[in-house]
Amino acid sequence: MDGAPERSAAAAGGTREAVIEVRGLVNRFGPQVVHEGLDLDVFRGEVLGIVGGSGTGKSVLLRTIVGLNRPAAGSIRVLGVDVANASDEARREVEKRWGVAFQDGALFSSLTVLQNVMAPMREHLRLSHDLMKALGELKISMVGLPPLACGKFPSELSGGMRKRAALARALALDPEIVFLDEPTAGLDPIGAAAYDDLIGELQASLGLTVFMVTHDLDSLHAICDRIAVLAERKVLTSGTMAEMLEVDHPWVREYFHGPRARAAQAD
Amino acid sequence: MPSSDDPAFTVETGPDGQVLRFVGGLVVASLGALERPLARFRPEARAVRLDVSEVERMDTAGAFVVDALARRLEAEGVAVEIVPGAEARADLFATVRRSRPEAEGEEEPPSGFLPWLRDVGEETVRMLGVLAGLLGFFGLTLATIGRTALRPRRLRAAALVHQMQETGFNAVPIVSLMGFLIGVVLAFQGSVQLRQFGAEVFVVDLIAISILRELGIMLTAIIVAGRSGSAFTASIGSMKVREEIDAMRTLGLDPMEVLVLPRVLALAIMLPILGFVANVMGLLGGALMSWVELGISPAMFLTRLQDNTDVWHLGVGMIKAPVFAVVIATVACWQGFQVGGSSESVGQRTTAAVVQAIFLVIAIDALFSVFFAEIGV
Repeated sequence: MDGAPERSAAAAGGTREAVIEVRGLVNRFGPQVVHEGLDLDVFRGEVLGIVGGSGTGKSVLLRTIVGLNRPAAGSIRVLGVDVANASDEARREVEKRWGVAFQDGALFSSLTVLQNVMAPMREHLRLSHDLMKALGELKISMVGLPPLACGKFPSELSGGMRKRAALARALALDPEIVFLDEPTAGLDPIGAAAYDDLIGELQASLGLTVFMVTHDLDSLHAICDRIAVLAERKVLTSGTMAEMLEVDHPWVREYFHGPRARAAQAD
Repeated sequence: MPSSDDPAFTVETGPDGQVLRFVGGLVVASLGALERPLARFRPEARAVRLDVSEVERMDTAGAFVVDALARRLEAEGVAVEIVPGAEARADLFATVRRSRPEAEGEEEPPSGFLPWLRDVGEETVRMLGVLAGLLGFFGLTLATIGRTALRPRRLRAAALVHQMQETGFNAVPIVSLMGFLIGVVLAFQGSVQLRQFGAEVFVVDLIAISILRELGIMLTAIIVAGRSGSAFTASIGSMKVREEIDAMRTLGLDPMEVLVLPRVLALAIMLPILGFVANVMGLLGGALMSWVELGISPAMFLTRLQDNTDVWHLGVGMIKAPVFAVVIATVACWQGFQVGGSSESVGQRTTAAVVQAIFLVIAIDALFSVFFAEIGV
């Protein structure tokens, strides 16, 4: 529970609190079985990277955890709430405590960046307009966007800026968990590294739990505390980067020992 | 959990200044309760300490509010010290302070006669630009038609037939129903008026001339503008949003040839046919209603129609159909290409396409009326 006085303190050690518990998850689309008996724990204050080949259901897993996709079977508890079977009210409460940044931003195209960031605050909080605006500007500047970006529309931003704006919106309610879908895909290496730094820095200072679907080996090296590998319809293995290197499974070996992986380890 | 620990603060005045001691949860969800009391706080000493070390939980919004208070007091010439307590909290303050947005003065939009005049001028220039763009696109379409006429093999037959089915064949039911009902309405209204003069039989002329010359084609054009014009704009617009049009260009495909030409041609072929269907159904509806209401038998209706209605009435109507078709298709495709980066823009452009197409259809119809009256057909 929230007896823990400081969020980041819980990450330091002792018994770790699982903020996301997935048990026996089954996802099916017609005859195609995506997940079967999938178990996963995400602990408070950690950065978890989800990797897996194309079509192994990484994004489906993310969408299922945040309740956008109804699982065929299994239970999912986020911050102690069973998201699939909770009442609408309980779901809304827990939705305020997480933020999601979609792959291409999914910003509302009819709103400016600042209005996008303020949108969840307007919906859920009772604050004065000036304070919401100031907090929105704070979030936008926290993710490294220039103040000029506040008044722009999503269509006027580059892909990298859109991703940052989406992160700012995900952080609008100061969530405890942030879900990121391929946060660095499509960014140049410098932009991707800067985004990684940003996530790491925000995670450290805000005590966030980060659930990240990624293919970026540099991100996995740089900021992920733990990595979970999705294969064969379940979480094949999970652990630190060093543990991943020891795993004896053809796909995992190929992934973490391939030429790109070696290049990422070299830095 | 949140809400059980609403934030509050107490003020203590000691020998070395005031201390604001915050308690509860300084988190974004419950900050509303703190906003007003904080804004009302006026320092009574030269030094103020903001103590958050006893706060249960704090997030960036909480840190921001405390930091904003500190800045306000400093601006009033008070020495401020923030006591963060835990180290993680000091980090939070550092993060917030680092990305504190620069305060910028917002400009009031000027008002008065001159800005109004400027707005009018800007709008006029914009409208002229729209007209020029539409005219340019129309020219481009004609050029493409001309080029394709020289090399008919470049015509996309499959796309053309598909569009003919979508815009023409599939519209037959709605257009037939519309035509039939117009005939019924005309016969009914006409019979009521004409009976007063004992001139019931002239209802045949009334129906034939108004449907064949004007209503059949124009109302068909309006239905098609709403039905197919919006579809053209939306489909081309969403392709634009997803950069499919750019992809086409890089592959050496001409969007004019692939997208615009089949649509324009399909409509130019199908709208006259649809108009004809509407005419026939209109006469049918009129004949039925005349029979029911005035006792004019179908045979008599037909004889009267053949004897008294010049075939030119049909001609005058049908001549307009391809013109309407080209106008609708051109406006709709052009608006599709004007779609910007966002999905909202698709909706705006679709609305604009339908409104402009219907307006142009009616305006051109008026011009035709004047023209035919002048040459005496």
